Amino acid sequence: MDRHVHDRRRFLALTGALSAAPLLSACGAGFGGGGQSEGDGSAADDVTGAFDWKREKGTTVKALLNKHPYTDALIADLTSFTDKTGIEVTYDVFPEDNYFDKLTVDLSSGRASYDVFMLGAYMVWQYGPPGWLEDLGPWMRNASATAAEWDRADFFPNLLQAGQWSLKAGAPLGRGGQYALPWGWETNVVAYNTEVFRKLGLKPAESFEELRELAGVIKKRAPGAGFDGMYGIAVRGSRSWATIHPGFMTMYARNGLRDFTVEGGKLSPAMNSPRAVAFTEDWAAMVKEGGPPSWTSYTWYQCSSDLGARKAGMLFDADTAAYFQAVEGASPASGKIAFHPGPKGPDGSLATNMWIWSLGMNARSRRKSAGWLFLQWATGKEHLRRAALTHHHIDPVRKSVSQDPAYRNRMRHLPGFLETFETVVDRTRIQFTPQAQFFDATTSWAAALQEIYGGKSARSVLDGLAGDLREKVR
Amino acid sequence: MRRTLRPYLLVVPALLLTCGILYPFGLGLYYTLFDFSAAKPQPDLVRWENYRAVFTQDAFWNSAWVTVLYAVGAAGAETVLGVSVALLLHRSSRVGRILEKILILPLMIAPVIAAIIWKLMLQPSVGVVNHLLEPFGLGGVQWTDTPTGALLSSIAVDVWVYTPFVAILALAGLRSLPASPFEAAAVDGAGWWYTFRRLTLPMLWPYVLVAVIFRFMDSLKVFDIIYALTEGGPGDSTVVLQIRAYLEAIRFQRYSFGISYTIVLWAVVYLAATVLVRHLGRIQRKAAEVSG
Repeated sequence: MDRHVHDRRRFLALTGALSAAPLLSACGAGFGGGGQSEGDGSAADDVTGAFDWKREKGTTVKALLNKHPYTDALIADLTSFTDKTGIEVTYDVFPEDNYFDKLTVDLSSGRASYDVFMLGAYMVWQYGPPGWLEDLGPWMRNASATAAEWDRADFFPNLLQAGQWSLKAGAPLGRGGQYALPWGWETNVVAYNTEVFRKLGLKPAESFEELRELAGVIKKRAPGAGFDGMYGIAVRGSRSWATIHPGFMTMYARNGLRDFTVEGGKLSPAMNSPRAVAFTEDWAAMVKEGGPPSWTSYTWYQCSSDLGARKAGMLFDADTAAYFQAVEGASPASGKIAFHPGPKGPDGSLATNMWIWSLGMNARSRRKSAGWLFLQWATGKEHLRRAALTHHHIDPVRKSVSQDPAYRNRMRHLPGFLETFETVVDRTRIQFTPQAQFFDATTSWAAALQEIYGGKSARSVLDGLAGDLREKVR
Repeated sequence: MRRTLRPYLLVVPALLLTCGILYPFGLGLYYTLFDFSAAKPQPDLVRWENYRAVFTQDAFWNSAWVTVLYAVGAAGAETVLGVSVALLLHRSSRVGRILEKILILPLMIAPVIAAIIWKLMLQPSVGVVNHLLEPFGLGGVQWTDTPTGALLSSIAVDVWVYTPFVAILALAGLRSLPASPFEAAAVDGAGWWYTFRRLTLPMLWPYVLVAVIFRFMDSLKVFDIIYALTEGGPGDSTVVLQIRAYLEAIRFQRYSFGISYTIVLWAVVYLAATVLVRHLGRIQRKAAEVSG
């Protein structure tokens, strides 16, 4: 009798404890989740004859999309794709918080649940080496598969290069397979509240020292000038990889700093070099003197909202984060937001980091030909022009759209937007070193930044970070 | 034939459920013996290397420490508060019945939603908490910006969500206690404190301990509240074992290594549960002796 009671209790304890491991089922990917198992040739080679948009008529393509204004523009225009090709598109849309987890789990499972999906250039470094992404190069080069009007040369070259990689850690972008196509992008610049600048007699900063000082001045003086609770500068601060890539990495690169150095094919962390340590200290000091309260929880959303709510005097982040607050009627600050390229580096550098919403194809897709037609259409001139003019698909990836008089006319009402875009467009590129541990490295880097902000020595924290990463990227 | 089959058919659902639990567990355990990651979809057998790597990582010991602090803090505070609330509700029956219904409200909110609500309320500049504290000169508190503040804020959200659970269990226990020992104590002229210490508490302990077991085990496995509130920051100050496992397995795609973290967590929860359940047996026997 006693033994039964004991067994029942043991069972209770065991089953209770088993529920501690929910990841086990989530990770049921199974070995061999790699892609492209069917020979070395590309499926693009199977497409022959004259190009025909109706080639895959009657097929259905499944897309995985992230909730974004660019996505809204795409979805609104899907009927024109179906009319043009006879291909139906079904899609799932997920919010950004869960989107990449969903995509990662799906791709790693080795299934072909989605034929095409949105991804960023950084994801190519993670999804490319295991073979989950279709190399789109053979498709682009095949005249039978690709329409002449698609016009590869019309893309800004740095954007096309961002999705092109040899899959070797440390190797520069722009060589190797084309694993993603540019669709919509964001450059990282400074947006500011013109009202507070006018009232306090301020000018946008031209150097990082000026930016730091400006942020402090606004935080100190703006509340007394009728801007209740306003602080100087909104930058991201949450414990996430996304904290590093916008303003921080842009200013880091403008200072001529690198995340890793590559020697003889080996990566070595460089975020603890003396100059990098000094810059990181200054960045943390700027946030302390002029940044938001509760900075360590700040994502793009809080930064953007604060600019719109007249809580932040400046925003150093994606231009789209300011754009969506600046358009008429969008926020209390709309009509009072201007754009500026941001501070130059000591040598006048305006090197800028970027985020690209790209489109990629599942290497395991069974409908690659139809998927390629969809990618061509979505990144083509016709759809992108329509999306830029009728929706909010700003920051065109195509030169023709950026020069289109109707587009320029539409953006003209935003002070400094077009000028800023044109100043940084050629200098905006991926400033990180391509390597598969990107998300680990940048998440740890964000955690280090939080610790420095909290008062720990930048030297010891960054030395610790570099030590950890040295092992991981080896 | 029917008679011989029936007992087996009756256990089929339980058997299926057990297999449903044990299969992914066994599979996960198997994966930890390999170096399976996105970068290596055709892994090599590394035997216990993942566990060695886990135990030699400073990050693991930091996460283990944070997890224990969180679990002890949350389960402890919830027990003290929950039992106190139950005692108050038990004494004033009319008010108690109304409060019981209100008390259950936090339990009806998903913990992740509660954490998001609290994140907004704790926001230093626009959050309602600092706004309410402002008249007392405490309006500038940066709740989640410091390591201690972030951990305490996370525990506070957990306490807000789960104290009613402990209170309801303790209240049910109080209402099921036999009346005769209390009547005898009243006849003998025993005071409130004496009755509480010698009768109520020993007889209530089994119920309290059940609540502690549930809350302690649950707190060791916490993910949602902390991830929604702090994402594990600032720095690594609130990276509990589950968050570390999630980051390793899903974000960084080191599957085998991430699963090793969950296996270690499973072992910790199993050990804690075994000790507490064994203790529960002893307490139950003692309570039975007191109630006579």
